[in-house]
Amino acid sequence: MIDIINLNKKYGELVVLKNINETVAEGEKVAIIGPSGSGKSTFLRCLNCMEDPTSGSIIFEGEDIADMRVDINLRREHMGMVFQQFNLFNNKTVIDNITLAPTHLGLKKFRQKKIKNFFIICLNLFRKEKKNLLEINTTPKRIRAEAKANAMKLLARIGLEEKADKYPSTLSGGQKQRIAIIRALAMNPKVMLFDEPTSALDPEMVGEVLDLIRELAKEGMTMVIVTHEMNFAREVADRVLFMSDGVIAEEGTPNEIFDNPKNLRTQQFLKNVLKAR
Amino acid sequence: MSREWELFYNKFIVYEGYKTTLNGLALTAEIAVFGLFIGMLIGTLIAVVKVVPKYKLLPRILSKICDIYVGFFRGTPIVVQLLIGYFVLIPSIGLNLDKVAVAILVFGMNSGAYVSEIMRSGIQAVDPGQLEAGRAVGLSFSAAMAKIVIPQAIKNILPTMGNEFISLIKETSVVGYIAIVDLTKAFRQIGDSNYEYIIPYLVLAVVYLVIVMLITQGVKIIERGLKKSDRHN
Repeated sequence: MIDIINLNKKYGELVVLKNINETVAEGEKVAIIGPSGSGKSTFLRCLNCMEDPTSGSIIFEGEDIADMRVDINLRREHMGMVFQQFNLFNNKTVIDNITLAPTHLGLKKFRQKKIKNFFIICLNLFRKEKKNLLEINTTPKRIRAEAKANAMKLLARIGLEEKADKYPSTLSGGQKQRIAIIRALAMNPKVMLFDEPTSALDPEMVGEVLDLIRELAKEGMTMVIVTHEMNFAREVADRVLFMSDGVIAEEGTPNEIFDNPKNLRTQQFLKNVLKAR
Repeated sequence: MSREWELFYNKFIVYEGYKTTLNGLALTAEIAVFGLFIGMLIGTLIAVVKVVPKYKLLPRILSKICDIYVGFFRGTPIVVQLLIGYFVLIPSIGLNLDKVAVAILVFGMNSGAYVSEIMRSGIQAVDPGQLEAGRAVGLSFSAAMAKIVIPQAIKNILPTMGNEFISLIKETSVVGYIAIVDLTKAFRQIGDSNYEYIIPYLVLAVVYLVIVMLITQGVKIIERGLKKSDRHN
């Protein structure tokens, strides 16, 4: 589903990612672990070009999205992203947070079709063989209503319907993060990217967020998760990547990585992390 | 009643000087309000240009142009800009613009330079994660700016924008230089009529003071309305 080919990322002189090659298959759950500063987050953010790769290709559904000529906005609709700091839109209510993108993009496509039809009508005046108009089987009102109904359904799923008209500042961290997750789901993404989704949460709230991610995993969503929750990674992931100094130092099934790490750096990291518990 | 008050009363009420004054007040308000409106448009545009990532050529060129614009309008007195606008620029392009329209344009462009800096700081005070989250759900840069970042930036800068409006209103008192009879000029004419300036100028000051106090209150009310998303309810 996502092929990463010769990915390099530099900030000026600082090399963050060194020639990474990796493939994420459809339905696969990949966990990325590693010390801070190893490039995990940068790697994840390169997958949907939140950070533009310095060189290399990100092939998503057969298209190189690192190419500047590709409309990245259209591709990002299919790549949900969840941030460490939740990043709910502070000026919007919960429901508006979820419906903003589906409504805006739905309306945009609707208007584009209308404009195209207008040109077709104009050009048809001069054509012998009339071209058919594009089919428009929706209205702005319906786009809005559908986005809202879908958002309410997603809110019901996480049991937060009564928060629909509240502003993010009134929510707990766990609630914010769960809403951020369903905001991404509202776009019907084909893959979800999680950037340390529980690192900014109170310990008490980590569980509810992980439960939701677990549920998504069971439903077969393709996921890439940067995390410090080793037990969670072991439980959910099909494959674990250990990153260190801008390269994937070791990768394998959770059992291989956690029980029998080959790389010295991996052993050290896991020892330090597990000792801290 | 003292002689000064009598003279003022005579001119103001009996000879209907209040009419020019009210007219002047309307002109002052017109120039300041439309000026601020133009200023906000220009200011927001410049601010957005300044925060766009600069690895392409076009944003860099635009950014330089904006720098020159801001440099000129902040580096010269508003009176000079007004005089250049009215006596140099407008005649030289052969346009026959009304002097109030010229004043509105000059004040708008001048205010745009200041608003751009205010707006830029407002935009930069918005957590970058907000823009990122907008981009991540597929919004374009401009859509994410318009729907998420700028509304939050405006909330951040509202008190400062109130100040900008207040200074704009006070600065309009120089439009007498191009023969517009605004509030200041109207009171001055009352004084001119009998060479008695004490009362007209004192009253003028009070009128400005009252206007400014009203605006201050208005800004507070708007601010309270915009704070809705901060309230913990």
